[in-house]
Amino acid sequence: MEENFLKIQNPVLSFKDLSVSYGKDNKAVKDVTADVKRKAITAIMGPSGCGKSTLLRAVNRMHELYPNINTSGDILLNDESIYKISTTTLRRRIGMVFQRPNPFPTMSIYENVIAGYSLNGSRLKNKEKDEIVENSLRNVGLFDEVKDSLNKRGNFLSGGQQQRLCIARALAFKPDIILMDEPTSALDPLSTAKIEDLLVELKSDYTIILVTHNMSQAARISDNAMFMYLGEMIEYDKTKTMFTNPKDLRTEGYLTGKFG
Amino acid sequence: MKSERITKLVLRFTSFIIVLVFGGIVLSMIADAIPAFKTFGFFNFIFSKEWNPTEGKESYGALPFVVGTIYTSFLALLICIPLAFSTSLFIAEYFNNTKIASVLRTLVDLLAGVPSIVYGLWGFYAIRPLITQLGYSDNGYGIFTSGIVLAIMIIPYATSISNEIIGMVPVELKEAAYSLGATRLEVIFNVIVPSARSGLVAGYILALGRALGETMAVTMLIGNANVIPHNLFGAGNTMASVIANQFGEAEGLKLSSLIAIGLLLFAVTAIVNWIGKFIVRRFS
Amino acid sequence: MMKENYNWRDWKNKIFYGVVVLLSLITISPIIMIVYTLISKGLKQINFDFFLKVAPDPLQAMTAVSSHEIIPGGIANGILGTVVIVIVAALMAVPISIITGIFLYENQESRYANVVRNLTEILQGVPSIVLGIISYLWIVKGLTKGYSAFAGSVALAIMMLPLIIRSTEETMKMIPLSIKEAGAALGVPYFKIMLKVMIPTGFSGLLTGILLAISRILGETAPLLLTILGNTNINLDLSKPTSAVPLQIWEFYNNPNMIDLVWSSSLFLMILVLALNLIAKRISSRFN
Repeated sequence: MEENFLKIQNPVLSFKDLSVSYGKDNKAVKDVTADVKRKAITAIMGPSGCGKSTLLRAVNRMHELYPNINTSGDILLNDESIYKISTTTLRRRIGMVFQRPNPFPTMSIYENVIAGYSLNGSRLKNKEKDEIVENSLRNVGLFDEVKDSLNKRGNFLSGGQQQRLCIARALAFKPDIILMDEPTSALDPLSTAKIEDLLVELKSDYTIILVTHNMSQAARISDNAMFMYLGEMIEYDKTKTMFTNPKDLRTEGYLTGKFG
Repeated sequence: MKSERITKLVLRFTSFIIVLVFGGIVLSMIADAIPAFKTFGFFNFIFSKEWNPTEGKESYGALPFVVGTIYTSFLALLICIPLAFSTSLFIAEYFNNTKIASVLRTLVDLLAGVPSIVYGLWGFYAIRPLITQLGYSDNGYGIFTSGIVLAIMIIPYATSISNEIIGMVPVELKEAAYSLGATRLEVIFNVIVPSARSGLVAGYILALGRALGETMAVTMLIGNANVIPHNLFGAGNTMASVIANQFGEAEGLKLSSLIAIGLLLFAVTAIVNWIGKFIVRRFS
Repeated sequence: MMKENYNWRDWKNKIFYGVVVLLSLITISPIIMIVYTLISKGLKQINFDFFLKVAPDPLQAMTAVSSHEIIPGGIANGILGTVVIVIVAALMAVPISIITGIFLYENQESRYANVVRNLTEILQGVPSIVLGIISYLWIVKGLTKGYSAFAGSVALAIMMLPLIIRSTEETMKMIPLSIKEAGAALGVPYFKIMLKVMIPTGFSGLLTGILLAISRILGETAPLLLTILGNTNINLDLSKPTSAVPLQIWEFYNNPNMIDLVWSSSLFLMILVLALNLIAKRISSRFN
């Protein structure tokens, strides 16, 4: 069992001995115990294959979509085990943004933002829907750019804009946590910078857990950082501390580019 | 989640329909073929040459039709292979990615879209007189005529797979051969064919499977004679064509015999297609 | 000595090239011949009556032919028969095969799914006349106690199943997984993701599969020979014998008085099949 490296008051999320394995023996995440700070950006970093995406996807129970993946241990969301809630309820309290922007191809920009509601059959009045769409799009800084094309499909948008659309879609629910799985790795540097600025703005209202393979990104925008290697959580500390004074040799090796 | 469980059940149950249909086909045919097998004996029926519908002396056997099927299908395959291979080389190698290749591709696609009865008409009006004129046969019906038309019909099945496979041979392999001074012909037979072998074979077996079951064109051209064809230009019948020709007023033992032949046809095509899959898997 | 060797290989190369081109031309010449024949002989028989009137009786036909006139009448009974039979077949086959296709897509590894997949493939190779026999046994003898349009539909529906199942599974597999995951991450239950996200996204692929399956069965004659009997009048009753275009072509072919009608009806059938094929390909390339 790993020591809880970082002590956090009133964490929004807690991993308790969480393990995830593919098939019977292949453990991709080993016994992670950690708390996540509310309304902050927590970065999960590590070399390819270290288990960071796997850890992230355990939070909204995405692994249950695939029969050969098993999880053990627990995750508490605001002190409540996520396994005690139904997956559909849980996922409406947690937003997810994926590596490649994935707006629904058959829906317009408007319909994409409100998709979380409409796909679930919520009956909202048009005025309510308009409000939610405008707010979400303003939150991601996209509203002015698309306000005249809300009824068009999103495929004319650039990669960066599409990703912001996906963030707006995730925000529409006002989730407790937003999970981001390498959200800028498929984007150009300019769009990446815009989204990083956006995340810093968003953290005043949302908790963000950000998986990234880009160390400098983690250094730029995250408050706390978790370093993973071969499925284990090696170090977990305030970002500034970890980058200037890493406690584990492996962390130092990764940060100085000796491997990964 | 409840709705999730219901959805998965619906999916599973619906898929079971295929199992039911397939099982139903096999069982129905066996059930109705049993009278014929019982009366004549299973192996006797398959290897008997008689086809005598006279009442009181009824005797039926499948051999003429099995032979007819084998003759026509293999003849068709024999003619098809050089044609399909050449066409594939044209489209995917010599003229790969050019306009003329896509024209040819479209034309071959058209070949696949022609209804088999139209092929029968073409065979009747274009091929049959040719055969008669050349003196090979009195009226132009027979194995050879059917074989030619069948060959053309199955070409698209062979080329659809071989076009893709030939085009997928890595450029580096071909360039290596060229850089050693090989001619195009040599590259084709020493690099492309070995690399594409399983795809080529799969295509030809698919084509054979199609030829075995083809009914209309063969029915119109094979001469409807319930005997083993005495030579390449003789008349005969295939398993499919005898059913088409004689099912209409058949009853009793004759009907059962025809159904037994249908069962044989089903088994033969299933086995041939399975062999094709097996070969592809083995050599992929 | 070396120089001779080089020349002989070069000649072989050139000859082979010539052979390839020649054989390719031979391969496509039938289609050109067929289209030419159908158009030159069949076009003149196509007029409004062609679509509106039923087939003439042999006496009318014989009189027309001997006075060198166009045979009167048309193939309305065949056209309507085909329409009815194909629509009923599609109504039966499409829902079952799309759902089964989705089932196979969602269950790539399971043993049962692989059995279903294999059976589907075997079913695809079954000759259509065998399906005619089956429909004869199940429907003509079993259900409708007599030749019927429905029996024809059943045989054709069974033919359509494997084609649409396979194209559905392939279409679904081509949709990026993250689209499905995005739906799940929004807390949407599975069947809604399927109905409101996956199927609309894959719609053009599904439609292409359906259209291609229909174009495949439009030209089938063999199963109809054993099941629908034919009808000189227009018949919309599923439980009664009916006509269909391919069957009518067969009837005309077998009747020396009517044989000139084969050209126009074949031309019509071919145009129908090719038009569907073209539409399917157009849809498929537009959305890829």
